Amino acid sequence: MGLLSVRSLFTEYANEGGGAVKAVQNVSFEVPEGKLFTLLGPSGCGKTTTLRSIAGLERPSAGDIEVAGRLVYSSEQGIFVAPNKRNFGMVFQSYAIWPHMNVFQNAAFPLEVRGLAKTEVRERVMRVLQAVALDDLLERDATKLSGGQQQRLALARALVMEPQILLLDEPLSNLDAKLRDRMRSELKRLQRDLNLTTVYVTHDQSEALALSHEIAVMNEGRIVQIGTPRQIYEQPADRFVADFVGMTNFIGGTVTALANGRCVVSSAMGEIKAHGSEGVRKGAAVIVSVRPEDVELSEAPPAADDGDNVCKGTIDAKDFLGDYLDFRVKVGDVVLLAKAHPSLRTPTGDSIYLLMKADKCVVISSR
Amino acid sequence: MSGMIWVDGLHYSPVAFLLMTAAFRSMDPALEEQAAMSGGSVPQIARRITLPLAWPAALGALLILFVRAIESFEVPALLGLPVGIHVYTSSIYQAIHQYPSEVGLAAAYAVTLLLITSLGVYWQSRLSRQGGRFSTVTGKGFRPRTIDLGRWRYLTATIFIVYFVVIVLLPFLVLVWSSLQRFYSAPSWAALRRVSLDSYRAVLEHPQFANTVWNSVVLALGTATTVMLVSAVIAWIVVRTKVPGGWLLDNLASLPLVFPGLVLGLAIMVCYLYVDIGVYGTLWIIFIAYLTRFLPYGMRYSSASMLQIHKELEESAAMSGASWSMTFRRVVLPLLKPGLLAGFIYVMIVSVRELSSSILLYSPGTEVVSIMIWELWQNGQYVELSALGVMLIVALFVLVMLAQLVGRRFGIAET
Repeated sequence: MGLLSVRSLFTEYANEGGGAVKAVQNVSFEVPEGKLFTLLGPSGCGKTTTLRSIAGLERPSAGDIEVAGRLVYSSEQGIFVAPNKRNFGMVFQSYAIWPHMNVFQNAAFPLEVRGLAKTEVRERVMRVLQAVALDDLLERDATKLSGGQQQRLALARALVMEPQILLLDEPLSNLDAKLRDRMRSELKRLQRDLNLTTVYVTHDQSEALALSHEIAVMNEGRIVQIGTPRQIYEQPADRFVADFVGMTNFIGGTVTALANGRCVVSSAMGEIKAHGSEGVRKGAAVIVSVRPEDVELSEAPPAADDGDNVCKGTIDAKDFLGDYLDFRVKVGDVVLLAKAHPSLRTPTGDSIYLLMKADKCVVISSR
Repeated sequence: MSGMIWVDGLHYSPVAFLLMTAAFRSMDPALEEQAAMSGGSVPQIARRITLPLAWPAALGALLILFVRAIESFEVPALLGLPVGIHVYTSSIYQAIHQYPSEVGLAAAYAVTLLLITSLGVYWQSRLSRQGGRFSTVTGKGFRPRTIDLGRWRYLTATIFIVYFVVIVLLPFLVLVWSSLQRFYSAPSWAALRRVSLDSYRAVLEHPQFANTVWNSVVLALGTATTVMLVSAVIAWIVVRTKVPGGWLLDNLASLPLVFPGLVLGLAIMVCYLYVDIGVYGTLWIIFIAYLTRFLPYGMRYSSASMLQIHKELEESAAMSGASWSMTFRRVVLPLLKPGLLAGFIYVMIVSVRELSSSILLYSPGTEVVSIMIWELWQNGQYVELSALGVMLIVALFVLVMLAQLVGRRFGIAET
């Protein structure tokens, strides 16, 4: 049982024409104490709506939301706790730093509205501002902060009230690339140090993979897969997850044989030995997903183990990207993307060997 | 007749100027620059690109000015009535003020006038909605492009100066001149030697003066405060909540725009003559009229500033544990302050100037400054009138400067 549990959450909007838009459908998940849980998906998949429902900024149409044994929303029991009574910290995408207050006033606001004594407010604000390294900018106008500083202030404001859970709505998306990487590790360190139960919303798969204990991939209002970052990346449950989380190759085919967790798929590029997933039957139409970095290229025939797929293709195109090369290799009628070390200098048009380990080829039902 | 058109035209030209500059300023210069890159000369660009883009705004401005002109009361009353030229507004006024007064006739005039203005406002709002197609604002930060006029700049500068002298300086100087005389006389050396401040003394010692100024100040302050607070709450409801009747509230608050001041005054007068709740003949009835008349202006200021406040600023206050009233007081109002203050000063200015509603609603003891000017005119006390006018203009000028200052101080801090 998690600290936060969301059970069969539904949210509907009325659209312009009076019809109903199903923003969130039957979403359920649990977040154990101290863990960082990520809702990952493209824009409009319902991840932000789910987060705002947990926050209380949006009223779902059905379901339960429970935090540490306290129901904050229940459609059946008619419970809806107002956002200001929930004691959850939240960092908004725009940071929502109040421009008419300075750094200290922004961070002190949550404590002031709780009616705490001045000395305690000061002490707690100083402690949290120290944690985000803003304690030397107390009197600075909020509008004069840089993007990264605003982000840290928003985080400090969410943490100062010692919230039960922390909600983060794409907190890194407004930062430039370099700063985003730094803030990401900063955020991770802070979350792990303070043991904060956190729900994180993002459309950026690398953020999700780097930060999370667990990820829920969402599409069209539903959760398609819940798993650890490694599970999500290495064993995507369906085509959408495989495609959305990272780059991948899809090869269509039919299952011809099944044996101890392995299956053989006959495809346009020949037979592929693949890692079988549950519910795959002989004769079923499937797609095989294999990541570009799992397609190993070599000019000489590679030494193949029993579980390896080896085939020969010709190089269609290649792009030099600095730390690696992107190859497009043609095998029969199939074009595969492969990532290779820059030391591989085979020219375009030459033939090349491909090696794909069976464990890295994931069978997905093509429905 | 042409004199009235001339004066009214000058009177409303600043409105036209404001409307048109807003349209030109929000035009993406890239549209014109693209035309220039395509080889268009400045006159070609103006004809083929700029004017077609500005056309909806120009037509909208035309309609607004039409409505404003047809409901204008001061000019037809001052210039037209003495020589027997009647328009709708002055006819309504006469119907009420003759003996016995014909409220029915006035109401008939009023309804017809209301119909015309409603049509104008309706067209204008339809036009501005269609204007979305011509959306010239891209939301990207851009700098309006300026054109180097070359030697033409001397000509345009001269036009500007002449224009300023004719519509602002000259009338004001004439007013100052005549206020310094004992009786009205054309400027001359002989008259210059008779300059005195007697008229100012006369105005200041006028038995009504203190009371009148007090009434005006109380009304202006009261109206501006109430209008801005009410419009802030309405703007919040309209912009932020999804209350089903939200749009209705917005339209309801903007509805008084179609009422010419005189018609509104008439309606309120008749209404509170029948519904006796003790406001007739007091300052309250004028207050009600001002409130109704200026709420739409307040709404413009409030909703414009409300739209600029990001929703998440309020939501983060709620997440911090603040209740709704606390959020409104500590976050929304402070962020609205610059807009509210500018609106407050604007409503104060128009309240002090207001004549057309007040003239039907005042009674002995509740005169306001504009009524006093009107009465001085009726009595032929031009010299005292000039003195009072000069004082009023100076006071309003100070207020306008204050508004500009406030706008500049807070306008930058807002971004």
